[in-house]
Amino acid sequence: MKKVLVGLGVIIIFIAYSLWVRHEQPKVGTVASTVSPTTNGLPSATNNNGSSTTPPPPTSSGSYKNGTFTGDSADASYGNIQVAAIISGGKLVDVTVLQYPNSHDTSVAINQQALPMLKQEAIQAQDPNNIQIISGATFTSQAFIQSLTTALNKAQSA
Amino acid sequence: MKQTRLIMGMPITVEVVGDASTHDFKAVFNYFRAVDHRYSTYKPASEISRINTGQLGAAWSDEMAHVLELCEETKRDTNGYFDIRRGNTLDPSGLVKGWSISNAAVLLRKRGHRSFYIEAGGDIQTEGKNEDGEPWRVGIRNPFQIDEVVKIIQLSGSAVATSGTYIRGEHIYNPHDGYKPATAIASLSVVGPSIYDADRFATAAFAMGRQGIHFIESLPDLEGYMIDTEGMATMTSYFDRYIA
Repeated sequence: MKKVLVGLGVIIIFIAYSLWVRHEQPKVGTVASTVSPTTNGLPSATNNNGSSTTPPPPTSSGSYKNGTFTGDSADASYGNIQVAAIISGGKLVDVTVLQYPNSHDTSVAINQQALPMLKQEAIQAQDPNNIQIISGATFTSQAFIQSLTTALNKAQSA
Repeated sequence: MKQTRLIMGMPITVEVVGDASTHDFKAVFNYFRAVDHRYSTYKPASEISRINTGQLGAAWSDEMAHVLELCEETKRDTNGYFDIRRGNTLDPSGLVKGWSISNAAVLLRKRGHRSFYIEAGGDIQTEGKNEDGEPWRVGIRNPFQIDEVVKIIQLSGSAVATSGTYIRGEHIYNPHDGYKPATAIASLSVVGPSIYDADRFATAAFAMGRQGIHFIESLPDLEGYMIDTEGMATMTSYFDRYIA
């Protein structure tokens, strides 16, 4: 029962974190450290919403020890994900991705002739009305939750 | 009629247009449960777990042997990028999802249905038309803002699978180079006639990073929509045929 509650807590924290992340936009060229909310936006989607509101503080039971806690590496099917939880004031304030599945030893033969045919565009939020189904990835977020769970367990028992 | 169940650790949704009975839905969901029972690496009693712990010896089921052969074939097709080996263990889940959706679609067709979709964890096989008699409209999720869609495609008898991550990609640790700025992609959606191909090639192409979209371009019948960590999308030559 306790495990279930802890698991539930982690899922709630993850959802809260996801909501908080929504207000941030990707920034490129930074080196690894903690992630802080940024106001420079994506070329489209987020700007269209004009969302410049302050991110809500992530909810948490506030029972964690302060510090940075590294989670276990979790399998995301095509590589591993590992995150660190940053706890401040007893709360989860940030999550840093330490390991991310984007490397591979094998080289791949690429049809370079295809290159000029590819088209580019900045992503842009679409009217979600009249959509029946949504396609998106899931398993990375499962691995993310798994790694974050172990990080938070460490923060709790520290 | 539409139903959703949580199986294989993810929500699976089936919608059937026209007359459908609860037995149709039961058949599909029970099929996914059986797949989970055999292939889940999280279940110690599953066949794949017993293979990995050596309990099963060589007494694999014919179906398992077939699936592992499909994995080997996919590894060859993707220049080694699709690999189910993790150290000494096997994890075919990267193939089983698309393969099982594809089989579930066959199951519904055999039960007489011609207009439906099956969606498992964001991977979708469509058949026929929606209840308005139009192609199914599918949104591709914004990898940076999960409640938003950034592209709408129309599918009728085709499939889409998306590989990616909904965490920010700017802090990437590469075991070979250490920390470095992002060069990776946030999500890659692959569209094609069958979810089996769309899923396995989306998984492999995502692991290739930015080169993945070129790999999809090189494959006949498959089109791709890649979103990089800067919010730029790159699409293959004929992806626009699917854009709503």
